[in-house]
Amino acid sequence: MTFSPELEARFEKFLAKYPADRKRSAMIPMLIYAQDEIGSITDELIDEVAKRVGVTPHVVNEVLTYYSMLHRKPMGKYHVQICTNISCLLVGGEELWNKASHKLGIGHKEVTADGRVSLEEVECIGACSWAPAIQVNYDFYHDVTMAQLEKLIDGLAAGKRPEEITELVKVNS
Amino acid sequence: MLYNEPNPLEVRILSRRFGMPNSHTIETYLKTDGYKALEKALGMTQEEIINEVKASLLRGRGGAGFPTGMKWSFVPRQSPKPKYIMVNADESEPGTCKDRLLIEYDPHQMIEGIVIAGLAVGAQRGYVYIRGEYRYLIDIVDRAIDEAYARGYLGDNILGRGVKFHLATHSGAGAYECGEESALLESFEGKRGVPRIRPPFPAVAGVYQSPTILNNVETFCAVPPIILNGGAYFAGLGTPKNGGTRLFCLSGHINKPGVYELPMGFNLMRMINEVGGGMRNGKKLKAVVPGGSSCPLLKADECDLAMDYDTLAAAKSMLGSGGVVVLDEDTCMVKFALRIMRFYAHESCGWCIPCREGTAWMRRLLTRFHEGMGQESDIVLIGDLSKNMLGGRTFCPLGDAAALPTLSIVEKWREEFEAHLDGKPCPYDKSSRLVAV
Repeated sequence: MTFSPELEARFEKFLAKYPADRKRSAMIPMLIYAQDEIGSITDELIDEVAKRVGVTPHVVNEVLTYYSMLHRKPMGKYHVQICTNISCLLVGGEELWNKASHKLGIGHKEVTADGRVSLEEVECIGACSWAPAIQVNYDFYHDVTMAQLEKLIDGLAAGKRPEEITELVKVNS
Repeated sequence: MLYNEPNPLEVRILSRRFGMPNSHTIETYLKTDGYKALEKALGMTQEEIINEVKASLLRGRGGAGFPTGMKWSFVPRQSPKPKYIMVNADESEPGTCKDRLLIEYDPHQMIEGIVIAGLAVGAQRGYVYIRGEYRYLIDIVDRAIDEAYARGYLGDNILGRGVKFHLATHSGAGAYECGEESALLESFEGKRGVPRIRPPFPAVAGVYQSPTILNNVETFCAVPPIILNGGAYFAGLGTPKNGGTRLFCLSGHINKPGVYELPMGFNLMRMINEVGGGMRNGKKLKAVVPGGSSCPLLKADECDLAMDYDTLAAAKSMLGSGGVVVLDEDTCMVKFALRIMRFYAHESCGWCIPCREGTAWMRRLLTRFHEGMGQESDIVLIGDLSKNMLGGRTFCPLGDAAALPTLSIVEKWREEFEAHLDGKPCPYDKSSRLVAV
């Protein structure tokens, strides 16, 4: 299996972080960064990571099913994660989730037919003091209003990139 | 850009660089006493460093509040195995968002604290386990680590003093349970995040079964100011058994939610009214989650208390991780209990039966209640199930974390459960309809 030169370089760095006889520590970081490039955890990827860290593929499979960010099926190009945990719940996170789900006609961990947008109702993402908060892929958006969310969902569905939807500005630069 | 404005009542020790231009860079850090504590520590013995941390009365900021200096002293002096420093940056306790800021605005403060911890116990390698959702923080810490290597604060010969310390980040992939120290260690080794049986504790058998200091981000961040200014100085900022300041994350129905650094023992009502700007829309206070979703809730009339570990324990709750969630009078406590239980049912690793089955059962029960289909006997059942998950019936505290807030809600707001009985719709939710579960 071939990866981009950037990902290969990253893998090499990962494997160098841990003692030579503890390569298995690199498994989860390798899986999540590879998923970012490939789109999901494929059978081929499982075999490849297993080989590189020195375990059998079934060990990789057993581990990856534990982690909520690792998925066997591709999510959308833009994975919209809406927090509804306690701090967000109190200030409208659930309403945002319902609106997004209704507008796109998809539910938790589902993808639009064109593969552009997917939704996930996530647990606390560490933005409680700036709730309600969402993440699109790895980018954070704080204090999200219903109007902003509607613009975001409509914009993404219509083919825009998040940066082109000026109503919302990501907080991590 | 700061995510919220500072407050004049804050005592900014750990957060003093927040808001400075390029506060995350080593240039800014060095201009503001950065790495001076490390230089000082290089001239101290291991005992002297640990004694200074003991004198600071610093207690673990992850939630349990164990005295940090004592934890460090449990690492065996002589060990045939290499020793490790592990940083818990898996911040995921609902209500908690402070480690994110400490890493984003001042990563070098954390790195300096880690290297000093390494000196204190003779460890030469450390890792920062960062939750996968915090990808941009992994990049920030990676860059800061590169800067520290380039300037000789990390590497094989730190500041030319012949001391060795290496540091790297490690990405998680989505799991609350991995914030529990022994599950974190399992996850770090490339396994499912299932807790270990203790003892042995990480001080004796942590990373790769080797002696390990494992602390929260904020705990490490407190170390440079302690070493630089002395343990007594830090201790003096807090109360007699709770040294220093801590970052409180205010959220919920208040006017000025945000992360604020306040002395240990700061009064909770003052925190809500004077720091948090009071209740939103002039509503009345109903309840407070004092330290993240695992803590028993306080009723409004229980909130006039000092926010330190001992006072909260005396009030039958916990100071926890610093996540202060404020609920107003319009909040449905049944719905709130259900959301907490949905979280724990989702995050239970499934190893211990009382937690795995208990959280799932209570999620169904509370769902039924919230839909107006509860029965009086269910109120008793929630209490029974909670008590069956508590007090050492599970290998890690996730069972307790699910049961304790639920029990507190059922005991303190029983009338709200009674208001949902026998087909009555939720009195707080005009849109709720009866749905068979």
